[in-house]
Amino acid sequence: MSAVPADLTRHHGPDKDPADDGPLLSVDGLVVEYPGKRRKVPFRALKGVSLTIGAGETLGLVGESGSGKTTLGRAILGLAPVTHGTITFRGRGISHLGKRERRALGEDIQVVFQDPYTSLNPALTIDDILTEPLLVTGVSGRDARARVRELLHQVRLPADAGARLPREFSGGQRQRIAIARALSRSPRLIVCDEPVSALDLSNQARVLDLLVEIQERTSVAYLFVTHDLSVVRHISHRVAVMYHGEIVETGTAASVTGQPQHPYTQKLLLAAPVPHPARQAERRAARRELTARESASMKAGSA
Amino acid sequence: MTLLPEPGTLGGEPVIAAPASRQRLLRRLLKDPVAAVSLAILGLVVLASAAAPLLTAHDPAGSNVAHALAPAGGAHPLGTDGVGRDVLARLLYGGRTSLLGTALATAVAVLLGVPLGLVAGYFRGWFDGVASWSANLVMSVPAIILLLVVLGSVGQNTYVAMAVFGLLMAPGVFRLVRGLVNAVREELYVDAARVSGLSDGRIIRRHILRVVQAPVIIQAVQILGIGILIQSGLEFLGLGSSGKASWGAMLNDAFGNIYTKPVLLLWPGLAIGLTVAASGLLGNALTDALFGGAAGRSRKRRSAKPVKRSVGEDRPTSLPLPRLSGDELLVVEDLKVTYPKDDGETIVVDRVGLTVRRGEVLGLVGESGSGKSQTAFAVLGLLPAEARTTARRLVFDGTELGTSDRGRTRQALRGRRIGYVPQEPMSNLDPSFRIGSQLAEPMRRHLGLSRSEAKEKALALLERVGIADPARVYTSYPHQISGGMAQRVLIAAAVSCDPDLLVADEPTTALDVTVQAEVLDLMRSLQQERRMGMILVTHDFGVVADICDRVAVMQNGRIVEAAPARDLFAAPTHPYTRMLLDSTLEDSEPRRPLGTTGTEQGADA
Repeated sequence: MSAVPADLTRHHGPDKDPADDGPLLSVDGLVVEYPGKRRKVPFRALKGVSLTIGAGETLGLVGESGSGKTTLGRAILGLAPVTHGTITFRGRGISHLGKRERRALGEDIQVVFQDPYTSLNPALTIDDILTEPLLVTGVSGRDARARVRELLHQVRLPADAGARLPREFSGGQRQRIAIARALSRSPRLIVCDEPVSALDLSNQARVLDLLVEIQERTSVAYLFVTHDLSVVRHISHRVAVMYHGEIVETGTAASVTGQPQHPYTQKLLLAAPVPHPARQAERRAARRELTARESASMKAGSA
Repeated sequence: MTLLPEPGTLGGEPVIAAPASRQRLLRRLLKDPVAAVSLAILGLVVLASAAAPLLTAHDPAGSNVAHALAPAGGAHPLGTDGVGRDVLARLLYGGRTSLLGTALATAVAVLLGVPLGLVAGYFRGWFDGVASWSANLVMSVPAIILLLVVLGSVGQNTYVAMAVFGLLMAPGVFRLVRGLVNAVREELYVDAARVSGLSDGRIIRRHILRVVQAPVIIQAVQILGIGILIQSGLEFLGLGSSGKASWGAMLNDAFGNIYTKPVLLLWPGLAIGLTVAASGLLGNALTDALFGGAAGRSRKRRSAKPVKRSVGEDRPTSLPLPRLSGDELLVVEDLKVTYPKDDGETIVVDRVGLTVRRGEVLGLVGESGSGKSQTAFAVLGLLPAEARTTARRLVFDGTELGTSDRGRTRQALRGRRIGYVPQEPMSNLDPSFRIGSQLAEPMRRHLGLSRSEAKEKALALLERVGIADPARVYTSYPHQISGGMAQRVLIAAAVSCDPDLLVADEPTTALDVTVQAEVLDLMRSLQQERRMGMILVTHDFGVVADICDRVAVMQNGRIVEAAPARDLFAAPTHPYTRMLLDSTLEDSEPRRPLGTTGTEQGADA
């Protein structure tokens, strides 16, 4: 679209910037603690987590509730306090930025949250929601609106959606709006925190396909946080498994979701029901066998 | 019949035009007769006070002892008071004092309370500590005594008194705003704004102020009313500005002449009463208009998304009724659930027929808004009062449940012979009672057990559902146990009275997969052990494959396909079922690693 200034539609191919030689994002020995109330011991949500994400790559982060996967995403976004360790983005440490520098990082790191109902301000129109990140940078109102039309087209919403309020859209449509907002400044990394777990099955598949398509076109990287192994296999180049604030296993999507090595990953995989009665019966039997083995070895260990 | 959402309307959902919300608020407010009348009264009082010089030629302070206590009529439409001042003039000019004074108080309260509340709520930290502590201190000071002290030291002045009164009301506004901000700043859209790079000031202006607005307006209207009362009280005591006409001073004068001319009490009393009542009622009406009022209808209806379809449209039932073999536990034929709306009704369950045999698990599958939960609630008789349920047959174990009778028959069966496992374990346990009493109470009622028998059975049940330390959980409160444990407790409660039928509404959706697997195992083993029939509502085909014998797929309030589970997964016949099964990602190819960036071997250790 000709009305859109070039800097709003930048694409991050493998370009020549020296900052792009290393990984896009690397997290090293990250510890996040939340202070305990009234002299209690602080709660350690992350216990020394390390990972990397390359440009244009999707790293799937799987774990159950309380595993710390959401906290990791929030720490990268600057929404959770970093106690120890470093987060490096394009060669620059970002774990202890000042407010102003952190705000400037909004250009490169964006977010899509789980709940499409609370992640959009119900009082603002879609136009207001989508122009918000653009106007911060001093883009003119007209350029911003042109960009919004383009974004709506990208996430396949009707062009006249802009004048409406979030409540007029279904969950899947709202999540597209949230994706459009994340894309508005063409970031290099989007933290996707369970973006499809609140959606119906059919919408889930469509939103995932949309995310893949956007990635192939713009080379954006995703940190894709989810509890669902089948989702993570579908979208991730690599997968990291979190358990109790630590990463217990990393590898390619095929290896982690196909031949998991860590006992917890194995348990997670066997617990996810397959939509096929005969295969699910097999999986159930395998899971029971694993549980029996586990408890037997625990008994042996305690004896 | 269109089954798949058309490509143009993503998600298949119609998008309605947006009305301007502010305009709508005023219109909604004026539709409410109470609000309209209140607004009219307040408007009239303001206008009359503002136009006082035009409405009367008399000086409100000009006394003429010769004309003291003159009757109404002639030059003095409402007569004169004890020292011969014109009552109408005093009423009109007094309105100015009262309104200005109370407006001053409200302004002070809002101007102090809102900014301080915003800053304290948004930034928290030491400022929040200091501000909250000060607010508590001011709130604990007895207002009238402080006012008397202030008036005693600065002399009698209505406006000073009202400014101090505003100061005393500010902590209320502060705490309201702070609480609202505290809640909003946790919203994901505020996080998203932060990530977008918005400055704090901008976030407050765009996202937070909007939420604060409405409650503050309501509270301001209420302070307005209270202010008039307090001010009149002070003036009645003779503590207002001397020589200034005011409603309170009029009351004072009338009180002096209560035996000679009691009607003098009427006018200021009427003015004060009407203004205060009007602002109070307006505050209530505003609350209703802004927050949907007492009805709150939209919230009650759980996940019932109306099926947009015109009434009276008649299509043949899409499925032949299953042939009855005689050992059915539950037979439902032609079940229809509708909700009234402005023009006619919305159908959420449309001619649904299903059967459940003893020892059989029926899965009701569908996406949100398909009517699956509404069907289950209709069987349980747990639909909200405004729902209209009709059915040709609704027979449980030979007994016709009837649909109009929401009370007796079903109530006797519910809990006793039909158990229910809800979706949200935590919100279905009463936080103020121990787990034990919540488990034992229904058994004492339904099974007539003694206290100790019920406890014994409850402990046995807790152990049966896999809780490691039943005695501890028995004496725990719901907040002390995990979500998975809570669901086990609810399953124990559901089977406690040995029901024949278990209705489970998305029983594992809120749980982690590993916990889900264990809970499904538990439900399966209980169901087999007791040969219960079971209706399992779910959107997850994995769960269906795990536990269900037969499956009914619902879309838009109808069952589009019903088959034994194996057949349905092997050969789905309906296009909607096929679309849903194709959307599952189970067999999708894992994505290949991104081989070229050279960042694969990072610090993953």
